[in-house]
Amino acid sequence: MIAVAQSTAEKQAQTLFHALSEVLPTGGLLTQVEQMRPYECDGLSMFRRLPLAVALPQTEAQVAAVLRICHAQQVPVIARGAGTGLAGGALPQEDAVLLSLARLKSIIEIDPLARTARVQPGVRNLAISEAAAKHGLYYAPDPSSQIACSIGGNVAENSGGVHCLKYGLTLHNVLGVRAYTAEGELLELGGAALDSPGYDLLALMIGSEGLLAVVTEVTVKLLPRPQLARVVMAAFDSAEQAGEAVAAIIAAGIIPAGLEMMDRLAISAVEDFVHAGYPLDAEAILLVESDGIPEEVIAEIERIETQLRRCGAVSMRTSRDETERLKLWAGRKAAFPAVGRITPDYYCMDGTIPRRHLGDVLRQIAAMSVEFGLGCANVFHAGDGNLHPLIFYDANKPGDLEQAEAFGARILRLCVAVGGTITGEHGVGVEKIDGMCVQFTATELACFHAVKAGFDPAGLLNPGKAVPTLHRCAELGRMHVHHGEHAHPELPRF
Amino acid sequence: MDDYLEQARARVLGAAAAGTTLRLRGGGSKDFYGGDLRGDILETAAYRGIVAYDPSELVVTVRAGTPLAEVEATLAASGQMLAFEAPHFGAATVGGCVAAGLSGPRRPYAGSLRDAVLGVTMMDGRGEVLRFGGQVMKNVAGFDVFRLQAGALGTLGVLLEVSFKVLPRPEMESTRVYACNAEQALELMNRHAGLPLPLSGASFESGRLRLRLSGNAPAVQAAEARLGGDVDSEGAAYWQDLREHLLPFYAAETPLWRLSVPSTRASFADSQTQELIDWGGAQRWLRTTHPAETIRARAHAAGGHATQFRNGARNATFQPLAPALRALHLRLKQTFDPAGVFNRGRLYPDF
Ligand SMILES: Cc1cc2nc3c(=O)[nH]c(=O)nc-3n(C[C@H](O)[C@H](O)[C@H](O)COP(=O)(O)OP(=O)(O)OC[C@H]3O[C@@H](n4cnc5c(N)ncnc54)[C@H](O)[C@@H]3O)c2cc1C
Repeated sequence: MIAVAQSTAEKQAQTLFHALSEVLPTGGLLTQVEQMRPYECDGLSMFRRLPLAVALPQTEAQVAAVLRICHAQQVPVIARGAGTGLAGGALPQEDAVLLSLARLKSIIEIDPLARTARVQPGVRNLAISEAAAKHGLYYAPDPSSQIACSIGGNVAENSGGVHCLKYGLTLHNVLGVRAYTAEGELLELGGAALDSPGYDLLALMIGSEGLLAVVTEVTVKLLPRPQLARVVMAAFDSAEQAGEAVAAIIAAGIIPAGLEMMDRLAISAVEDFVHAGYPLDAEAILLVESDGIPEEVIAEIERIETQLRRCGAVSMRTSRDETERLKLWAGRKAAFPAVGRITPDYYCMDGTIPRRHLGDVLRQIAAMSVEFGLGCANVFHAGDGNLHPLIFYDANKPGDLEQAEAFGARILRLCVAVGGTITGEHGVGVEKIDGMCVQFTATELACFHAVKAGFDPAGLLNPGKAVPTLHRCAELGRMHVHHGEHAHPELPRF
Repeated sequence: MDDYLEQARARVLGAAAAGTTLRLRGGGSKDFYGGDLRGDILETAAYRGIVAYDPSELVVTVRAGTPLAEVEATLAASGQMLAFEAPHFGAATVGGCVAAGLSGPRRPYAGSLRDAVLGVTMMDGRGEVLRFGGQVMKNVAGFDVFRLQAGALGTLGVLLEVSFKVLPRPEMESTRVYACNAEQALELMNRHAGLPLPLSGASFESGRLRLRLSGNAPAVQAAEARLGGDVDSEGAAYWQDLREHLLPFYAAETPLWRLSVPSTRASFADSQTQELIDWGGAQRWLRTTHPAETIRARAHAAGGHATQFRNGARNATFQPLAPALRALHLRLKQTFDPAGVFNRGRLYPDF
């Protein structure tokens, strides 16, 4: 019996591979284990799985054809950009085709007068700014992974960057997408205009983690390059004081181009690695950037320095030229790899909190670090309250990973408890799926499932990611229970 | 205040059971907008008040029945604003503004209403209270169902609370004015938007291009020197009147169209059409006697869409949707409001 079942599955796989190879370019279908290894995980390497096959289309028509074939055979499809995602969003599964968009990488058109670029999904984030540079323009969202991550992945995650406090997230900088549903039907959402009629489906698509449709083209907004940028690095004796300085700057009516914080552990890891010139005796440093036209920047930097001084900065350094500015930023940009040098492994969290709770939350994280016996460095987007605690662990030490995950889960619960969210920019993926049970009620999760079903009734796109089943939440015992009763008692706890 | 929720729930469940529709109404300032008004009124204005506001968080959370003017006054007292400049058109409530999804002259430079919505609490067509998004600037947990409410014209549920991102009011604003034709104006608007200038408005009508500058004083002064043109000493009043449709252009009785198109699209003006250009070229207001099909076809050909904003056929206000998108609209409506309780026909005639 078992042998028969296997051979049926194998036969189905062969039929699928045959159909896919008909529509894909030579070398565009990988089915051998060795070929598929590079695709077994994304940036969250603690989770690894092999797919059934990897499809590497080169054109939009091939993407649509792959989707139609998989739909006809009811085979799940998982889209993948550059695989830098930190939540396991592009993690394969054994019965699914991994659809890589990496070979759709042409910049179709740049319109310098209208300040827009039309690009394929596999184009790297930084490549857009590089191509726009000759027109004095750039694409504003700048995740630290921008040399590698794809614009399609950015759309799927609604990615941010150090400049998103002033210039917005992916959502604020994308005008339109072309995308294909699981059935292979084209959706044109948004476009070259600033809005579109009816429901804002573009907003729904951005940040949907590949669950609703596969993006095959993105129209982005380009902004004029600022003439001048300067950064102030300020050191503080406590993280609370640094947090107060952040609030003071914003309350003074300043929206810095970047406003980042690092704690003592992160500072020392970074100094060892890139020698950015950060003070090793500080408990926390802030990097505060101003950009714009020179007159504006000079005035704004003065006001920023005043606020920092008033809030107790013990030392300050302001960049005098571009070399110095880049050096001050180099430390922040290298923070993750720097931490990677002082611990065998680290686990990057991504909660966001209302900023007024910064001091308290950092204190509680420090206490948890002692409790779990694992180090934790903090590097984060202080301006918008987006924390990145980096939990140290050793994957080779039995039990360490589980401890790190438990520590992380506690941090996320704390973020939700103070009115924040489990993920500010990295997405839910497989990693934070249980956290969704903490943040949303059963009714709200049921609504997400219904939205998903509206786009993908058969549930073939990136199944099991981003939105937990009610069953899973019920099992975890983390379902919100209001007034002692579940919402929608009529719904099955699937 | 729980009374309001209980009453609203009873009305929603009652309408669902009876198969009737409810007409959600805040201040009534957008009664002119969208499809025919149908159903018994569910007043939302009683559920009002500012729930949370801490200026240093750059976030305000308000009940949906709160007058927009009250929120704006509260923010102004702390030197902040809702940067999207939603038009009031009368006694607007916050919920009505979100439902209409309209943004004013600052939109291309500071973002739209939808961009600024961080979270909503709403009641769906089953009487359930749902919360999406939150009160923080960055949040990618779950689909952005809260942003879907912006511009949905209340067809998906009753908005109860909304959180917005707010911004500091600029230290200084000034307006430059230039005499030119539409073609020159469009060229200048687009070229200037590609330069690092503190632009916050760009409009053209009656042979006048106006550029608004906002920012700290040195920035605005440097830009003024660079841009030339004349000072418009009535600038502040002009942008206010543009936002509220109080300029003479808006007074006529001919149909008023709103076109959303790429900012570089050539002028639509002709012997039958007067045009007012806003949003640096990306939004065109037309007074025209052309048939609707002509206007829609031209907007579509330009890569945009047209809304029959005032004095037109109400049940054909919005550009028809492509079949694939229409199907998604119907499924989303079904998800939130299976019995079709809310504002039936207000957005599109068939749901
Ligand atoms: C060192 C490092 C630093 C980082 N810094 C930041 C940061 O500062 N800010 C930030 O926001 N993120 C950051 N990230 C996370 C990551 O780079 C972003 O989430 C990025 O957007 C992922 O893009 P990708 O192309 O690698 O997508 P992938 O990892 O390949 O995929 C991510 C998700 O998108 C889906 N997807 C990909 N392409 C498509 C498509 N065309 N259509 C539909 N769905 C698709 C996938 O299914 C998956 O769910 C960082 C990651 C690393 C490793």
